[in-house]
Amino acid sequence: MSDTLIKMIFGRLSIESLPIHEPIVVATFAGVALGGIALVGALTYFRLWGYLWKEWFTTVDHKRIGIMYMVLGLVMLLRGFADAIMMRLQQSMAFGANEGYLNSHHYDQIFTAHGVIMIFFVAMPFVTGLMNFVVPLQIGARDVSFPFLNNFSFWMTAAGAALVMASLFIGEFARTGWLAMAPLSGLDYSPDVGVDYYIWALQIAGVGTLLSGVNLVATIVKMRAPGMGLMKMPIFTWTALATNILIVAAFPVLTAVLAMLSLDRYVGTQFFTNTGGGNPMMYVNMIWIWGHPEVYILILPAFGIFSEVTSTFSGKRLFGYTSMVYAVLVITILSYLVWLHHFFTMGSGASVNSFFGITTMIISIPTGAKIFNWLFTMYKGRIRFELPMMWTVAFMLTFVIGGMTGVMLAVPPADFVLHNSLFLVAHFHNVIIGGVLFGLFAGINYWWPKAFGFKLDKKWGLVSFWCWVVGFWVAFTPLYVLGLMGVTRRLRHFEDPSLQIWFVVAAIGAAIIAVGIAAFLMQIFVSIRNREALRDDSGDPWNARTLEWATSSPPPAYNFAFSPVIHDLDAWYDMKARGAKRPITGYLPIHMPKNTGTGIILAGFSLVVGFAMIWYIWWLAAAAFLGLLVTAIVHTFNYDRDFYISAEEVTETENARTTVLARLGA
Amino acid sequence: MTPFRRALRPTALIATLAAPLILGGCDLVVMNPSGDVARQQADLILWSVFLMLLIIVPVMILTVVFAVKYRASNTESEYKPDWDHSTRIELVIWSAPLLIIIALGALTWLTTHQLDPYRPLDRIAPGKPIPAGQEPLEIQVVSLDWKWLFIYPEQGVATVNELVLPADRQVRFRLTSSSVMNTFYVPAMAGMIYTMPGMETKLHAVMNRVGTFEGVSANYSGAGFSDMRFPTLSVDNAGFDQWVAKTKASGGSLDAAQYLTLEKPSEKVPAMHFGAIEAGLFDRIVQMCVKPGTTCGGHMMHHGAGAQEVAPAVNNRSGDGADGALMKSPDEMKTSPHLTHPHGAPAGHSEPGADSNRNMTRMDAPAYPGRAAAGEA
Repeated sequence: MSDTLIKMIFGRLSIESLPIHEPIVVATFAGVALGGIALVGALTYFRLWGYLWKEWFTTVDHKRIGIMYMVLGLVMLLRGFADAIMMRLQQSMAFGANEGYLNSHHYDQIFTAHGVIMIFFVAMPFVTGLMNFVVPLQIGARDVSFPFLNNFSFWMTAAGAALVMASLFIGEFARTGWLAMAPLSGLDYSPDVGVDYYIWALQIAGVGTLLSGVNLVATIVKMRAPGMGLMKMPIFTWTALATNILIVAAFPVLTAVLAMLSLDRYVGTQFFTNTGGGNPMMYVNMIWIWGHPEVYILILPAFGIFSEVTSTFSGKRLFGYTSMVYAVLVITILSYLVWLHHFFTMGSGASVNSFFGITTMIISIPTGAKIFNWLFTMYKGRIRFELPMMWTVAFMLTFVIGGMTGVMLAVPPADFVLHNSLFLVAHFHNVIIGGVLFGLFAGINYWWPKAFGFKLDKKWGLVSFWCWVVGFWVAFTPLYVLGLMGVTRRLRHFEDPSLQIWFVVAAIGAAIIAVGIAAFLMQIFVSIRNREALRDDSGDPWNARTLEWATSSPPPAYNFAFSPVIHDLDAWYDMKARGAKRPITGYLPIHMPKNTGTGIILAGFSLVVGFAMIWYIWWLAAAAFLGLLVTAIVHTFNYDRDFYISAEEVTETENARTTVLARLGA
Repeated sequence: MTPFRRALRPTALIATLAAPLILGGCDLVVMNPSGDVARQQADLILWSVFLMLLIIVPVMILTVVFAVKYRASNTESEYKPDWDHSTRIELVIWSAPLLIIIALGALTWLTTHQLDPYRPLDRIAPGKPIPAGQEPLEIQVVSLDWKWLFIYPEQGVATVNELVLPADRQVRFRLTSSSVMNTFYVPAMAGMIYTMPGMETKLHAVMNRVGTFEGVSANYSGAGFSDMRFPTLSVDNAGFDQWVAKTKASGGSLDAAQYLTLEKPSEKVPAMHFGAIEAGLFDRIVQMCVKPGTTCGGHMMHHGAGAQEVAPAVNNRSGDGADGALMKSPDEMKTSPHLTHPHGAPAGHSEPGADSNRNMTRMDAPAYPGRAAAGEA
C-alpha cells in the first residue's frame, strides 16, 4: 500500500506511536491489560453484562448515575495519585549527578496529567456524583429535571476520562502543565498528539459537566417539594445551586478558549500564537476566567457537606443559616472578580494588581464567616465524633492554614516572590485536599448508608482518616518551606543537595497518603463483607435532619411514594419532632422515565470523534460525527420514554418498609 | 512612607531571628534575601501573616476547645439544640474578618504601588537614597529555549546564563522572550516577572550584598526548563568594571546571525560571553524581526492610534506559523512517533541548535558537567 494511502487511513497513528520503549509504561499497560481481562472475564463468567447494561449503564436514575460518577472518580483518583507518587519519587532523588528515573518527556507529561486528572476526572466526578445522588433526595424530588441528559452527561465525562487514559498507551499526553498555556500549547511548540488529547478529553468531558450543571440548576429551581421555599432549602442544596450556576456560567469560557486553541492547531488561525496578531496573554486571561470559578465549583459543595455534617453530628440547627446562604452567594459572585491574581507577575499595572488582590482578600470574609458558623454550630451542641465529623474538624484546622497562605498570595508584592513556587503548590493542595477532598470523604462516609443501606466500617475509616491528615501535613509542610527557600514548581532535577531532605520528607508524606488511600479501599471492601453487621434498616442511621433521611436506605427508584410537604428548614428533623406519620395506604402509580442506551452510544461516538481528530484520521472523525448526529436525531423520534410503576408495586415496596420499621420500633 | 517602614523593622528582625531556630538553619532565601526589593516583599509576607494570625489562632483554638468541650460524652456542658442565631455573634464574625481585610487591603494598595516592578526605586537600601544623578544600570534579558541571554547595552557586552551586576546600584531589567513564556526570578534580589514573546516587561531591583546567588526560570517552558538556571553574581563597582573589561577583551560578538543560532533550542548551556553586541538587537527581538527579511514595524502599539493608520506590524512573522493540521495533505502529515522511541542521537546537547534537543529523549544517560553523554565518549 502506498504511504499516502496509509496516512489517509491511519492519519499520524503508526506502530511507532506506541510507547513500547518505555519500560514503566509497558509494565503499567501489562498490569492494566491483565486487570482488564480479569474483570471482563469475571463479568462474563458471572453473566453480569446484561445486568450492568440494563440496570446501570442505561439507567436514568439519579442515584445510580451518582454512584457511577463516584466509581469513576475513585478509579481516576488511583491514576492521578500514581502520577503524584512518581513525581515525589523523581524529585526526592534527582539531585546533582543523579538525573532521577524519569526523563523530561515522561516527567512533564506526568505533572500535566496529575493536574488534569485530579481536577477534571477526580474532584469533578466526585462533586457531581454527590450532588446527583443527594440533591433530588434532599428536595423531595423523584429524579432530576432531565434524566436522560443526566445519563448522557455521565457518559461524556467518562469518555473524556477514557481519552486521558488512552493517551497513556497510545501516543502521549500534553507536556504543558494542567492549563496548557499558550504559546507552549500551540502547534509551533507542541506539534505532537499530547495537547490534542488534552483538548478533546476536556471538550468531551466539558459537554457532560455543562449539561449536568444545567440539569441540576433546573432541578433545584423547579422540582423542590411543596413548601420548600428557597430559604428552607438544605444548605448542601444551596451550595449545589451556587456551584451549578458557576458551572453554567464558567464552563462555556473553557469550551471557547479550547475551541480557539484547537482552531489554532487545526486550521492555522492565530488566536494565541506569537505571530500574525495572536496574543498568548489572552489565553492566560480566558483560561483563568474559567479557572478561578472552577476552584469554587469544587469547594462550595464541600462547604455544603460540612454544614450538613456539623449540624447533624452536633445535634443542633445550623448556626446562622441565612448568613451561610448569603456567604455562599457572595462567594459565587466574587469568584468571577479575582482571576487576575493568577498572573500578577505578568506586568499589569499596580492599580489593576491591587484591585484583584483586594477582591481576592474580600472572599476570605464570607469564607471566614462560614468557618465561624460551623464553629458556633458546634457550640453548645452534643458532638458525636463519627467519621464525617472527624473529617470536618480536620478540615477546619487544615483549611484555615490554606486560607491564610491563600491571602498571602493575594498580596501582589508577596505573590511576586511566591508565584509558581512550591509554596503555591503547597497552598492549593492545602485547600483542595484539606477542603474539597476532606469534604468528599466526610460526604462519602455520611451518605454511604443512604446509598447502600449499611454504614462504612469505622476502624478502617479511622486508619484512612489519620493517614490522610498526617500524610497531608508531612507531604506539604516541606513544600511550604521549600517555597520560602526560593524553589519553584515543575522542576525535574535540582542542583542544591541541601534541598533533598525536604523532598524526601515530602515523599514519605505521599507514602503515608498512599496508605490512607489503601485503607479507604479496604474500608469499602470490609464494609461490603460485613454489610449485615453494619446494616441500617431505619434509613436514618445518624439521627439526621434533612429530607433524604426520611426515605429508606437505599431509597426506592421513585425516592418518595408521596411528595413530602415541607414546613421547616430541617424538614426531617421537623417531621420527627412533630411525630409525623408515614402514610401507609392509598398509593398511586408513579410516572417515571425509562432507561435508554442513547447516552452511552452518543458518548461512544464522541470518544471516536475525539480519538480520530487527535490522530488526524479525518474519515473516521467525519463518520463518527455523522453517527453522533444520526443517533441524536433518531433519539428525538423515540416517544416511548416513560412508564408507570404500578400502584401494586409501590404498595409492595412500601409495605416491606412498613414491616421493617415496625420491627425496629418494636 | 518612612515611619511605616521603620515600623516594619522590629517584626522583621524578630521573625528572621526566629525562623532559623524553627527550621533548623535552612536557608529561607525568600525571607532573608540580599536585595532591598525582596527584603520589603519578605516584610510584607510577615505583616500579612501577623494580621491573619490575629483571627486564625483564635479560630483554631476555639475549634479544639468546642470539639472537646461539647463532645457527646461530656454531658456536663450545656446543650441548646434549637439555638441557631445571635445577632451579636453574627456581627462579630462578619466584622472581625472585615476589619482585618480593611487593614490588609490598605497595606496591599500601598505596597503594590510601592513595589510595582515597573516603578524606579527610590532607595538603594533602608536610609540610603539613590545618589543624585545616578542612572539605573540597564540590563536586557531574553529567555531563550532553554537558557538566558543578558545584554548590557551601555557596556556593550552580553552573556548567556550568567548575570553579573554591581551591588548597591539600581538595575532596570527590560525583559522579553524568544519563543514561549518564562519567568525571570532571582529570589535573593526581587520578585519574579514573566518574559513573553513579542512583549516587553520591566523590573527594577537592587542587590545589597556581594556574592553568588541563584537565578531561575519559574514558569514551565518545555523540555529543558529544569536547567534554565543562571548564577547571579553581585560584585562591587570595581569588580563590575573589571568584569566588563574582561568580557570585552574575551572577544566574540552578538549580532543577529549569532542570535539566530543561539535562539535554537539547547539545554544546560554553560556560561557564554560576548565582547561586542549589535546595537538595537533587543528591540528587534521584542518586535520579533531579527530574522533577515522581516521588517520591524516601528515601536510598540501606540495607544489611540488613528483609525486610518495602519497598525504597526509588531508580530510580522505571520508566514512562520505552523499550518493547521486540516490544511495538510496526507503526504505532508508526519506520523507521530512516541518521543521516547530511541533515535540514536545522544540527548541534551548544549550546542545551540543541536537537533537532538527537539528529540527530547533522555533514554541515554545525558551529559552533565564532568561526564559526557552516553554515545559521545
